[in-house]
Amino acid sequence: MTTTDPNPTDAPAEPGHRALADLTDEGAQEMEPRRFAGGVEVLREVGSVLRMSEAEAGADAPEDGETTIINMGPQHPSTHGVLRLMLELDGETVLRTKPVIGYLHTGMEKTGEQLTYLQGGTNTTRMDYASPIFNELVFALAAEELLGVELPPRATWIRMLLCELNRLTSHFLFLATNGMDLGSSSMMIYGWREREEGLRILESITGLRMNHNFIRVGGTAADLPDGWQDRLSAYLDTLPARLEEYEVLMTNQPIWRDRLQGVGTISTEEALALGATGPILRSTGYAWDLRREMPYLAYDEVDFDVIVGTYGDCFDRYAIRLNEVRESIKILRQCIERMPAGDYRVQDKKVTPPPRARIDESMEALIHHFKIFTEGFKVPEGEAYVAVESPRGELGCYLVSDGSSKPYRMHIRGPSFVNLQVLPHLMHGGLIADAVAIISSVDPIMGEVDR
Amino acid sequence: MSASEPTTDESVAPEADPAPVLDHGVPVSHPRGQRVLHPSREELVGLVATLRDEGWLMCLDVTAVDYLAHPRTDLPESVAPERFEVVVTLISHTERQRLRLRVQVPESDPTVPTLFELHPGTEAMEREVYDLFGIAFTGHPDLTRILLPEDWHGHPLRKDHAVGSIPVQFKDAPSR
Repeated sequence: MTTTDPNPTDAPAEPGHRALADLTDEGAQEMEPRRFAGGVEVLREVGSVLRMSEAEAGADAPEDGETTIINMGPQHPSTHGVLRLMLELDGETVLRTKPVIGYLHTGMEKTGEQLTYLQGGTNTTRMDYASPIFNELVFALAAEELLGVELPPRATWIRMLLCELNRLTSHFLFLATNGMDLGSSSMMIYGWREREEGLRILESITGLRMNHNFIRVGGTAADLPDGWQDRLSAYLDTLPARLEEYEVLMTNQPIWRDRLQGVGTISTEEALALGATGPILRSTGYAWDLRREMPYLAYDEVDFDVIVGTYGDCFDRYAIRLNEVRESIKILRQCIERMPAGDYRVQDKKVTPPPRARIDESMEALIHHFKIFTEGFKVPEGEAYVAVESPRGELGCYLVSDGSSKPYRMHIRGPSFVNLQVLPHLMHGGLIADAVAIISSVDPIMGEVDR
Repeated sequence: MSASEPTTDESVAPEADPAPVLDHGVPVSHPRGQRVLHPSREELVGLVATLRDEGWLMCLDVTAVDYLAHPRTDLPESVAPERFEVVVTLISHTERQRLRLRVQVPESDPTVPTLFELHPGTEAMEREVYDLFGIAFTGHPDLTRILLPEDWHGHPLRKDHAVGSIPVQFKDAPSR
């Protein structure tokens, strides 16, 4: 065949006219017209491989076999980005669901292999863009595990403070979009208001609203700015009253409860089998929070509660996140009170660039600075898996080092990616009108799903 | 790809008793205090089933590494290194521990039995490994590409896959 073949469906699966070296070049493939699709994609479109809950779906499929397959997304506004769902419907009842993902795939794990450990944070921070601090943190923790460096307490506490502040903004994002998905557009504005305030504080600390790259291997990029306590306290003081407003606006409202209670239920066994973590697992009454059960940073020194649900429905997942905001406020207040003095990064010359002032007076410091920022620092050979509790669940980083200054392999276990697999179970047997509520309650961030 | 020396990691915390060489009948290593089992492909499913009955209830992660360009030195002596390695991470909520399984997969036959029957949550992760590494999971219900387009050629996370670049057209520059 030639590239001018007018009929794309007749094109064979193998192109045949390009050299193999060209075809493994992603750039070259991107420039190719999409005419090699063949029948595979078409087969998928008709839903022959809608898979999860198939046994159940087969049991109560209508006898006349008249089901409808519809597509939801990837441009649907309630799919939180570019999630596409193939739904098999019997009337208005959802039988099978298949999430189709990959629309936001940018090869970040491959990119991670090209960046040094210093640059790596700029990459991982863009994965889960609603909670970038956690992605930076887990990458830094994995690299530090391989390096074997011990952080000064202040660095640990600054990280914890940023994490909890980020958990606030992430949960406010959830509350806002969850409200909007269910038709409460005032909640959208309220949630956004609180989130923006939180982002302003993050900006005053890190310099950026999002994609901070503030948590670096060996500590943080800078110390906390002057007056951070007052700013943060003032913000935290406004929140309890506003959370009470949310309770009035949503939790205690009959329509809100009717839309969420008993919708999209999942049992503990199902959640464990499907690898679901975070609020989805906790909504089933299973008290598993890495901050409490396998503490990292200084979470074993602060006082907070792990919020669990009972029924595993959308309402529980909403209530868990709302109350986790209160717990984060508790932790933040303890951070303000107990922030230790000291250094914000480890004074290990192999990892840490010299202070700016030293560069002006010392040739060695300049060389040292130059080496770290061009060549990077070398990380000993080995592999490590480190995980933190992100607002969405267990966020893990599997890092393999070959002893050079770039990771040999960097894999992020994104909680949204795994949690998305519970969607078919949550949706099964429910109404199509509840689909939006269920997607929203899983709170997927597509940047992390597709990476 | 030869790795004859057993792991001697200087950052391992000193332990009272020497680490056993076998755990559940498969070689074990303890890099940095993390417990890592090295089952063969044939042993994998049986081992994961045994572990699940012992309380390793959740499969957190399935991923792979292509060791084409990096000869490892951290494998136990009895494990023959292969090009690919499938890495499975399990968690026990009662023991509050994670456990890693590293399975050697040869380049000539990149297949691994699926864990889908034991942990349905591995479904998407195995598809991701298949998509990006070209390692097939036998018995998987729907082994298709998950992140990349259906018609993509090659498996990008393999080390012999070019990073690639997209030509950018600048003003006044000759086009490609």
